[in-house]
Amino acid sequence: MDKIIELKNITKAFDGETVLDGINLYICDNEFITLLGPSGCGKTTLLRIIGGFAQPDSGDVIFMGKQINDLPPHKRNVNTVFQKYALFPHLNVYENVAFPLREKKVPKAEIHEKVTEMLKLVMLSGFENRRVTSLSGGQQQRVAIARALISHPRVLLLDEPLGALDLKLRKDMQQELKKIQKSTGITFIFVTHDQEEALSMSDTIVVMAEGKIQQIGTPTDIYNEPKNAFVADFIGESNIVDGIMLEDYRVKFAGHVFQCLDAGFGKNEAVDVVVRPEDVDIVPADQGQFQGTVTSVTFMGVHNEIIVDIQGFKWMIQTTESVGEGEYIGLRLDPDAIHIMKKSKYSGMFGDYSSFSSELDELSDPNSEEEA
Amino acid sequence: MKKKLNPYAGAMAPYTLWAALFILVPLAFIAYYAFTDNDFRFTTEHFVRFFTAKSTITEGGVDREVYTYLLIFWRSLKLAIISTAICLLLGYPVAYIMSRAQEQTQKLLMTLIMIPMWMNFLIRTYAWMTILQDKGIFNNLIGLLNLGPVHIIGTETAVIIGMVYDYFPYMVLPLYSIMAKMDEKLLEAARDLGCGSLSVLRRVVFPLSLPGVISGITMVLIPSISTFYISQKLGNGKFFLIGDAIEGQYVANNLHFAAAMAFILMVILLAAMTLVKYITTRYVYGGEQ
Repeated sequence: MDKIIELKNITKAFDGETVLDGINLYICDNEFITLLGPSGCGKTTLLRIIGGFAQPDSGDVIFMGKQINDLPPHKRNVNTVFQKYALFPHLNVYENVAFPLREKKVPKAEIHEKVTEMLKLVMLSGFENRRVTSLSGGQQQRVAIARALISHPRVLLLDEPLGALDLKLRKDMQQELKKIQKSTGITFIFVTHDQEEALSMSDTIVVMAEGKIQQIGTPTDIYNEPKNAFVADFIGESNIVDGIMLEDYRVKFAGHVFQCLDAGFGKNEAVDVVVRPEDVDIVPADQGQFQGTVTSVTFMGVHNEIIVDIQGFKWMIQTTESVGEGEYIGLRLDPDAIHIMKKSKYSGMFGDYSSFSSELDELSDPNSEEEA
Repeated sequence: MKKKLNPYAGAMAPYTLWAALFILVPLAFIAYYAFTDNDFRFTTEHFVRFFTAKSTITEGGVDREVYTYLLIFWRSLKLAIISTAICLLLGYPVAYIMSRAQEQTQKLLMTLIMIPMWMNFLIRTYAWMTILQDKGIFNNLIGLLNLGPVHIIGTETAVIIGMVYDYFPYMVLPLYSIMAKMDEKLLEAARDLGCGSLSVLRRVVFPLSLPGVISGITMVLIPSISTFYISQKLGNGKFFLIGDAIEGQYVANNLHFAAAMAFILMVILLAAMTLVKYITTRYVYGGEQ
C-alpha cells in the first residue's frame, strides 16, 4: 500500500507544555485509521497539524512525498469534518455543500450535479433549501460530511464527529461512515476517545497517551496483543497482574505456573500479565489452577460481571455461570487467554478492580488503615 | 377559572410606563404639532412649505433658484452617507483585527476607542476647530513637511471629519461585538474548504457580520443626518443642515414647522432602515430570518 501521509518525529508544545512528543506515523492510502486516546493525549493537535491549522515545533509532515509543514489549509488536498460541524449558518444545505466548488469557480451545472450526488450519498436528498440551523444533529453531521467530501480530497480528517450524537444514531453513523469510506476510497483519519467506536470502524488504530504513540495495529492486534498496561486497560476491560516469565512459554502469577504462548523474554524477567475478563473459566474450587472468593456479582444481561479476590488482588471476570457472593471458586486459564507484556511506566497503574468491590467503602473510610 | 398572570407583568410595568411617557407621548406631540398651525387647527401647510419653498443662492456670481429645504435635506443626507461610509470603511478592519486579537489587546483597543467618548461632545468639536484652522495644528504639522497650508475649516471636508470622529465608536462597537461572537471554527472550516484569507473575509466573515454592519450604519447614519452643532462650528455655518434648520425654527419659536421637519426626517429614516433590513434579510439570508 502507498503511504499517503508520513509524520516524522513531530513535536509540539503549547506554553512550554509538551502536547506531542516525537510522533512517527505513516498513513496508507485508502485506509480507515483512528487516533484513539483519552482527552489531552494530543490526538486533536495531531489532526490539526495534518489539516494545516497548527505547525509542528519540529519534525516533518510529508504528504505524497512532499514536505508540507507550512502549506496553508486551503492548499492541502485534505478536508476536515469538525467536531461541532462548523456549518455556515448564513447558507442553506445546498450552498454549504457547494461551498468548496464555488471557490474553485466550477460551472453551475456541474455544481448542481455534484451537490445532488453528494446529498444522495449522505441521504439528504430533498433537503437542498433547508436552513442548516433547522436540521437535527445527525443531519448537520451529514451535511458536514458531504461538504468535506465534495471536492474529493485524498484524505478526510474527522475530529470526534460522532461525539454530539445520541447512542443509537452514533451506531448508525459508524456503519455509514465506514460505508462511505469504502465507496469513495478516500483515506479517513478519525479521532475519538471511544474505544468501541475505534474497534468497530478502523482498519488501523493508533493508541495515544501523553503525547506519545503507545501502539499501532489492527483492532484485533490492539485488543489481543496490547503492548503495555495503558493500552490493555484503555481498550476493553483487563486484569493486569504482576508475573515472572520463568522461561519461554512458562509464566508464574497468582501463585501458579501457567503455560502461555509468549516467548522472547529474559529468564525470570518481571512482566505484566493481561487476562481479559471473558477468558477466565470458572470451575469447582478443587479443580481450579487457582482459587478466589467472589466479592460481588453484577448482572449485565448477556453475562454476569463478578469480582473475585485472588490473594488480595481483585479480578474482573465475565461469566454466564451463576455464582453467589462469598462463594469460593476455582479458576482456569487456557494458554491463549494469557498475554504477556514487558514492564512499562504504566505498570501497576491499571488493571486492578479493587474499586469495583465493597473495598471502595473501606478505602474511603477515614478510620481504616492509613495509605502507604 | 383563574386568569394566569404573566409573572413578569409587574416587573415590566415601570418600563412600559417609561416608554409610553418618554417615547410615545413625545412622538404623538411631534405629529400633532406637525399637522397643526399656530392656533392648533389641522393643516398640511408645513409639509407643503418643506417641499416647495424656494430661495435664491449666488454661486460664482450667478443667481440660482433652489428648493430651500430639499437642498438642505439633500446636503444633510449626502454628508451623513459620506461620513457613515468612511466610518464603515475605517471601522470594519479595526473591528475585525480587534475581534481576532489576544484578549489583552482587545481590551486595550476597546479602551482607546472609548476614551474620546468620555469627553464632552462640544469640547471635542472645539478641539477640531483649533486643529483644522488655517493656522491650526494640522497646517503647522504639514508645514513642517513643506506641505500646505490647506484650507479645511469651513468646508464640507471639515464637517465630515468632525462627524466621522464623533460617530466612529458607534460603528466599531456593534461590528466588534458581532465579530467577537463569531465561531473561530467557521473561519477554519472556510480555509479548510479552499478559501484564502480574502475569500474567508468575503464569503464567511462579511455575510456573518452583516447584522453588525446594519446596526453600525443605523447608529451612525441616524445621528449624523440630524446633527447640527458640528456643521455650525466646523462648517463656519456655511453648511446649513436639516438639524440646523430644525434647531433654527425651534429657537425662532416656530414649533409647528420644526415638528413637521422632524416628522418628515423620521418617516424617511424609518422607511430607509426598513428597506435596508428587508433587502439584507431577503438577499443575504435567503428570505427567512
